Amino acid sequence: MPRAWVFGDDLDTDQIVPGRYAPFMVGQDKFHTYAFCDARPGFAKTVQPGDILVGGENFGCGSSREYAPAALKKLGVGGIVAKNFARIFFRNCVNLGIPVIESTDAIRLVGDGDEVSLDMAAGVLRTPHGEARLRPLAPFAQEILAAGGVVAYLREHGDFPSTG
Amino acid sequence: MTGPTLAELILSRVSGREARAGDLVIAPVSRVMVHDSVIDAVMAGLTALGKEKVWDTSKVCVFVDHAAPAPTPVVADSHRVLREWVRAQGIATFYDAGEGVCHQIMVEEGYCEPGTVIVGSDSHSNSYGAVGSFGAGMGATDIAVALALGRTWLRVPESIKVTFTGAPRRGVTMKDAIMRVVREIGTDGARYACVEFHGAGDLPQGDRITLAGMTTEMGAKAGIVVGTAEAPEWLRPAADASYVREVTVDLSTLEPQIAIPPRVDQVADVSEAVGIPVDIVFLGSCTNGRVVDMRQVADLLRGRRVDPRVRLEVVPSSRRQFEDAMADGTLGRLSAAGAVIGSSGCGPCLGRTGGVLAAEEVCFSTANRNYKGRMGSPAASIYLGSPYVAAVVALTGVIDDPRPYLEASDDEFDALVARRRAERGDRGAASARSGDRARELLATMPVRFEPQVVGMEVED
Repeated sequence: MPRAWVFGDDLDTDQIVPGRYAPFMVGQDKFHTYAFCDARPGFAKTVQPGDILVGGENFGCGSSREYAPAALKKLGVGGIVAKNFARIFFRNCVNLGIPVIESTDAIRLVGDGDEVSLDMAAGVLRTPHGEARLRPLAPFAQEILAAGGVVAYLREHGDFPSTG
Repeated sequence: MTGPTLAELILSRVSGREARAGDLVIAPVSRVMVHDSVIDAVMAGLTALGKEKVWDTSKVCVFVDHAAPAPTPVVADSHRVLREWVRAQGIATFYDAGEGVCHQIMVEEGYCEPGTVIVGSDSHSNSYGAVGSFGAGMGATDIAVALALGRTWLRVPESIKVTFTGAPRRGVTMKDAIMRVVREIGTDGARYACVEFHGAGDLPQGDRITLAGMTTEMGAKAGIVVGTAEAPEWLRPAADASYVREVTVDLSTLEPQIAIPPRVDQVADVSEAVGIPVDIVFLGSCTNGRVVDMRQVADLLRGRRVDPRVRLEVVPSSRRQFEDAMADGTLGRLSAAGAVIGSSGCGPCLGRTGGVLAAEEVCFSTANRNYKGRMGSPAASIYLGSPYVAAVVALTGVIDDPRPYLEASDDEFDALVARRRAERGDRGAASARSGDRARELLATMPVRFEPQVVGMEVED
């Protein structure tokens, strides 16, 4: 069963992967092992594929660096549920195929380490303390996520999904 | 129905349909900016997309600025790969190490067409709004897609109207003005939005870059200055355009502003922070690394050397700014004052090269970010402010209001410097005392928490 990792407001990309551990600085094969190394030591070693990150406001603010979500993808993070997201981080996650979903309840309901399950179809995050409702994603983003990211989508369809 | 904001106007024009806030549009881009620290991921994205060549080599600008000149063999190798890629693509608009910060060059060399969409691989690509472009920072995959297709998808942003009135007093700059705006709006107050600046169109281009670039620190998708000399006549928001928020700053009553670590929106009047000791001053970045900024520092120093306990690092934002500052003697004056002059580029702003911070060190920076770990050790702290305040800090070793120094006679000036230097006292690192002062100051400010992680362990 996936576990929840709970974070607060304004989690910035320097906390996800500090700039000094950019792939550019340490190599493509290592940068993800520094995920949350300052902010949450031990994260990269203990996180399990499918685990869910839960956050507050403005998750992923700061730099445009895609290696922050790329590190989470490499570690197998199954999705991020936050009150809301910084815009570049949100785009990067959709492009990489990491589900990013807004929820006002999740941060209140979920405790760090709780077993949770993300049910996008039902629009809920199931937690030991009840179900957190998820805000539906725009169909445009849903289509990209369903394909596994924008690269996979474009390879398959040759162009962006319809903007409706 | 109300008329269009600048963002709606531009995105309607480029997408060929009426675009209102909240709509999704596919927009052609007039240019794509790529820089050194993401090139591997961009190339991987292009390969994954099955595209060997970018869609139009004449519309791509490539820069080596983020860690330049290369500080390590790993970085040097990445630069080598980038140069090979640029050659193979046949991209002529390539700026190698030492040419300067991408955003400065994009604007000053005229790569930003007003009224068009430009995407860049750096979050401060908002800077292109200085001349009326819709500039947006994106991640590597978005950039790879834009390079492959010449198009990007955008959600049309709501807009926030910021109006400046009055003229700033001597010693107060547009850096102070934008920090006052960040203080008002907060680091996420403009999330997904476009910040439209009114009353700033006649400012020098450099001041407009400072304004537009700093909108990134409020979470904005773009920041655009209304009514600039570069903008065509049609590029004007409707008088009845609808804004989600309006903020007015009276420049005539504004004090110099400083941001207290580790948040850009923890902003105080400089008078509240007088006496905070500092170890190192960084004058540079796309925000404040132009000749005008360097001249302000050199002028304030009046030929005096910086405090022996303080290092002053100067990194011009582009070769043009570097050469202008050489030609008019500014760099000579800064060097004579004891400054280290770095090659044009991002310098230590993002902690990768050229004077990064040790644990416990306190920096005063003219750049745009003061997050924990931004310029080196996560145990260092960074104050942000204008070049004038930076000059006083370099001179005295402590934060102080620059205005009395600008107005003083030579004797009064030396007395002011001597007093502040004496007050700083200890000769060691500034950290302990400035940490106490920062905590005292924060206690008096509206509640804005340090970027925080629940259950965070302190690692030292």
